[in-house]
Amino acid sequence: MKPEPVIAAVKWAWLALLFVACGVVAQTKSSADAIADYRASLQDGNPADLNAARGEQLWKTPRGPKNATLQACDMGLGPGKVTGAVAVLPRYFADTGRVMDVESRLVYCMVTLQGFRTEDFSAATVFSGEGQKASAVEDIVAYLYDESRDAVINIPQQHPLEKQAYARGRQIFYYKGGTHDFSCASCHGEDGRRIRLQDLPNLTKQKPAQEAFSQWPAYRVSQGALRTMQWRLYDCFRQQRFPELQYLSPASVDLITFLGVNANGGKMAAPAIKR
Amino acid sequence: MRKSTGTFAKAACAATVFIAGCASAPSAPDVLATLKASFSERGIAKLDRLDQTDLQRICSEAAASGRPLDEKTRESLQKAIYDKIPYPADGKYLGDWREGEKIAQSGRGLQFSDVAGAPNGANCYACHQITPQEISYGNQGPSLLKYGVLRGVKDPASPASEAVVKYTWGRIWNTHAFNACNGMPRFGDAGILTPAQIKDVMALLLDPQSPVNR
Repeated sequence: MKPEPVIAAVKWAWLALLFVACGVVAQTKSSADAIADYRASLQDGNPADLNAARGEQLWKTPRGPKNATLQACDMGLGPGKVTGAVAVLPRYFADTGRVMDVESRLVYCMVTLQGFRTEDFSAATVFSGEGQKASAVEDIVAYLYDESRDAVINIPQQHPLEKQAYARGRQIFYYKGGTHDFSCASCHGEDGRRIRLQDLPNLTKQKPAQEAFSQWPAYRVSQGALRTMQWRLYDCFRQQRFPELQYLSPASVDLITFLGVNANGGKMAAPAIKR
Repeated sequence: MRKSTGTFAKAACAATVFIAGCASAPSAPDVLATLKASFSERGIAKLDRLDQTDLQRICSEAAASGRPLDEKTRESLQKAIYDKIPYPADGKYLGDWREGEKIAQSGRGLQFSDVAGAPNGANCYACHQITPQEISYGNQGPSLLKYGVLRGVKDPASPASEAVVKYTWGRIWNTHAFNACNGMPRFGDAGILTPAQIKDVMALLLDPQSPVNR
């Protein structure tokens, strides 16, 4: 099976469609409407379906130094139970004594069950290049989210460490730094803001937070790649002119907790497809 | 107004104890330690970017608390910044608007993926409408269309234009001199643009020949 050329061909077809779609509607509709139409036109064929299919195989295939599958992995609802699991993460796990997001927990399983090393997982190894084959983590993440479509977001705030993660995530959200004095809130703290023509969700409000949280990971057409929530934060901080965000870092889990709790009550719709 | 906002926040907090946002905020050192443990230096982006300036700290706290600076703090902060704006020694404020347009278009610079030494852009269009020709502009900042015309600048070198010209220079150099804690970067003060680049951006905004004013 060689899915890559298919993905490339599909990607170019979509880009062509985008140019046509923009040309037709630009005169009569706002750019936001045009982008919404474009997104809607993509929903029937999301290349992330291929990632999810590969991810399911990876989940069920013995791999790693221990030659084990991930079917005993406890994503929080019990060993092997994946349906709905991502809609209640990040949460506190007693076996690690930490609050963990989806990717942290998956990597934990790959390390403990399959014998991979924690240091094997970094931004450089997990995030695929534009148009390149997805990493195993990206494919499995796509599978896990795909299994939780329509699950109601319900990020817990019971354990003291869960509350701390949220409170710290909120502080980090407003933390200005770097050469440009940017914080997350610089772009995502007010309604109706745009960078160029790109709408910016106000992530302090429930509805936009729900849209953002429920639609990552996503297949990014412009990059020809599946992008995870960890990648979303990583690339935001790059543009924020901060140093490089470490994969699965405490700040990333705190921020995902902040966003997730703000999004509680929404319905998962990932992997989505985005421009 | 500020007081009522604060009272409202407290009341809302008491009424909705289940909302985690009301959990006591972690102390600043806790947040900084978390950040330092979460980022790695890469290329030109070192970990000291996480150390806040006083202004960054004050503005972050104001934003997180939802309470804007009180007028006295704001005025003294702005005055201290205003008094430190360095103006061009040669008295020349305007460069080439064509170069200014390139700088306004470019979002390059100071990201960990950017190479050191290459000229930075200002990415003005990310937040501002500027020339009528560029329709891909953001709305975080005000429209700058007809910037010079609307301020009565016919000859930027004339004494009549001096106040507007100097204000514009200061705005770009360190915006907090006029509106502390607004979202615009300190293009001069933080060394994002060189003084020569700022002159080019000044020309884009104020030169009567610039598409901004034509």
